Amino acid sequence: MSAFYIILTASLFAISCGLLGSFLILRKMAMVGDAISHAVLPGIVIAFLLTGTRDSFEMILGAALLGIFSTFLIEYFHNKARLQTDAAIGVTFTWLFALGVILISVFAGQVDLDQECVLYGEIAYVPIDLWITDSGAIMGPRALYIAALTLVVNVLFLRIGFKQLYLTTFDPSFAATVGISVSLWNYLLMGAVSMTTVSAFDSVGAILVVALLVAPPATAYLLTEKFSHMLIITCIIAVVISIAGYFLAVWLDGSIAGAIVTVAGILFAITYLFAPNTGLITKRLASA
Amino acid sequence: METLKEFFSFQDPSIIAVTVGAILLSSSSAVVGTFTFLKKKALVGDAVAHSVLPGICLAFILSGTKNPIYLIIGAFVTGWLSLVIIDHISKKSKLKEDTAIALILSVFFGIGILMLTNIQHSGNAAQTGLDSFLFGKAAALVGNDLIVFGIVAVVLIATVIFFFKELKLMAFDQDYAEAIGLPVKGLELLLTSLTVLAVVTGIQAVGVVLMAAMLITPAAAARFWTNDTRVMTLLAAILGGFSGLSGAFVSYAAPAMPTGPWIVMIISAIALISFFVAPKRGIISRGMEQRKLQRMIMDENLLKELFHLGEKDHDLYKGRSIEEIIEERYFPEKTLRKSLNRLRRQGFLTKTNGDWRYTEAGKMKGQRVVKLHRLWELYLSEKMKIAPDHVHEDAETIEHIITPELEERLEKMFDRRATDPHDEQIPY
Repeated sequence: MSAFYIILTASLFAISCGLLGSFLILRKMAMVGDAISHAVLPGIVIAFLLTGTRDSFEMILGAALLGIFSTFLIEYFHNKARLQTDAAIGVTFTWLFALGVILISVFAGQVDLDQECVLYGEIAYVPIDLWITDSGAIMGPRALYIAALTLVVNVLFLRIGFKQLYLTTFDPSFAATVGISVSLWNYLLMGAVSMTTVSAFDSVGAILVVALLVAPPATAYLLTEKFSHMLIITCIIAVVISIAGYFLAVWLDGSIAGAIVTVAGILFAITYLFAPNTGLITKRLASA
Repeated sequence: METLKEFFSFQDPSIIAVTVGAILLSSSSAVVGTFTFLKKKALVGDAVAHSVLPGICLAFILSGTKNPIYLIIGAFVTGWLSLVIIDHISKKSKLKEDTAIALILSVFFGIGILMLTNIQHSGNAAQTGLDSFLFGKAAALVGNDLIVFGIVAVVLIATVIFFFKELKLMAFDQDYAEAIGLPVKGLELLLTSLTVLAVVTGIQAVGVVLMAAMLITPAAAARFWTNDTRVMTLLAAILGGFSGLSGAFVSYAAPAMPTGPWIVMIISAIALISFFVAPKRGIISRGMEQRKLQRMIMDENLLKELFHLGEKDHDLYKGRSIEEIIEERYFPEKTLRKSLNRLRRQGFLTKTNGDWRYTEAGKMKGQRVVKLHRLWELYLSEKMKIAPDHVHEDAETIEHIITPELEERLEKMFDRRATDPHDEQIPY
């Protein structure tokens, strides 16, 4: 049963990340996603200090604000100080991450967080951490509920804002002429990325969220030209890597999150080499 | 204060070791980072930093020891491999560079984590401390490790000094470097190797995640103070070294504090301050420059409109009320009042009974703007063959920028022609 819980939780998070990541990589903002996943750390710590729990609405809010703030900082340095984008990203996220780590050490006694957990989480604890209602009924793993809720919120967000996100991604100047605020939807998307990162960080760690954001959509992108197909393939890959990753981790006795990412990497490599039409080796064979 | 004195008296030999180590590591990565920054490849350092983890684990699994030489070789191999793959993906597939970087760094890191946890669970006692690569251990660098990493840092700095001219050319104009016969491929290889080496050593100080800051942040800060690559590199090294020193001090004064994040915090604070206060490039200085320009344009436009009003009633020196000016051309009233008062202080306008009128100097200035506007319209329509009804907008901007030299040439070009394309008088 616990294997099932772990795989289900991982799949739900991977689908959330993959859907958002599809937009990120097409907007050439994959590294901004990377930056956000690091930059939310101080928000998590501060929210933890204020509320004393790990999974609260405040924590998600705190992190979402930090994520949007870091997006704003990156653009501010780029526009106002004319700092090149790559450097603006690099400076911003490392600064906020360092702040987060320092906060953790300052309040070491009060914060039940450590650096390992931030980096690669521990999804193996999912089945142990149960949600027990006030009346004592055991409702199942808490992380599972969080993962499901995150997915629902993300799907709703993408469903409602699909047209706007689609247009601002593929044709920002057209979007602007028909009255869609490009920067508003950019910030909304980044807010969703931050929220997802925070919900997932307990299980997969803030850093490995990046792999879930990027690897499945990048693989899907190589397989299709159509955006709707890309989203569907991304979801399938998300489930496949969660299942395969779990069993790889059991076999090697290692981190489950690390194993999921490893499988995602292998899947990408296979696609990169053998995808129909675009694969490196496929192309070579076709021309030979 | 007491602690500060104690720290700098260097009575404890281990303090010297840690301090020297932190300074060397930070400044050598800052020097190399300057060039990745200038090549706009700053995030590549981040990718390498994450990608060395599987190499380190692999080296440990194969050799069974934590000998720094083996670990450096392992780290070097995977760090280098990651750059080759990123380059390949972003050049040969439809995926963009940012996706390639994010993909490779997270996948390599994930593989590294899988290997690391596997090693940790294997019960091999020799593995303890391997995770210091994840989070850095600047304060605990002693003995052999310190000597090895110190040497690498010195080699890095020396190589950059030796190849300075070539690297600089590469960073700014690769095509030119190739044209004059520099071995561009070889130099690219050199810079890549330097980056990987810098990361491998720097990680010891600050850990995987914050390594990017050691490469990017000192260079970004230094860039705001100078346009000279030589000065920038030196400044980046000094700022990096200073933050290393401060980090070592913090870990001495408060042993519970993590050294790496403090080094990054200090260098980031320096960078943030630089972004704001640096002369010329800083945000404040840019903002002030922009305001000055906006005020100048507002003042000149106001003087110009007064001239237009004067032309209409053939009395340039007549007093005008604020309402009259706004009727001629809309200005927000607050901005208008500020501008009027500013011009009075500068001696271009006088105010009597709430009416504003030109002084001699004010009339000359207003007349010049009108003249430049109309001369430019003339130039656009006659020399550039642009329809007369399309020239106003452009002239509206350029009238504030035209230099006295250009003014003279325009006057000569049209031989002080009397009217512009709209048959309005050009006042000389």
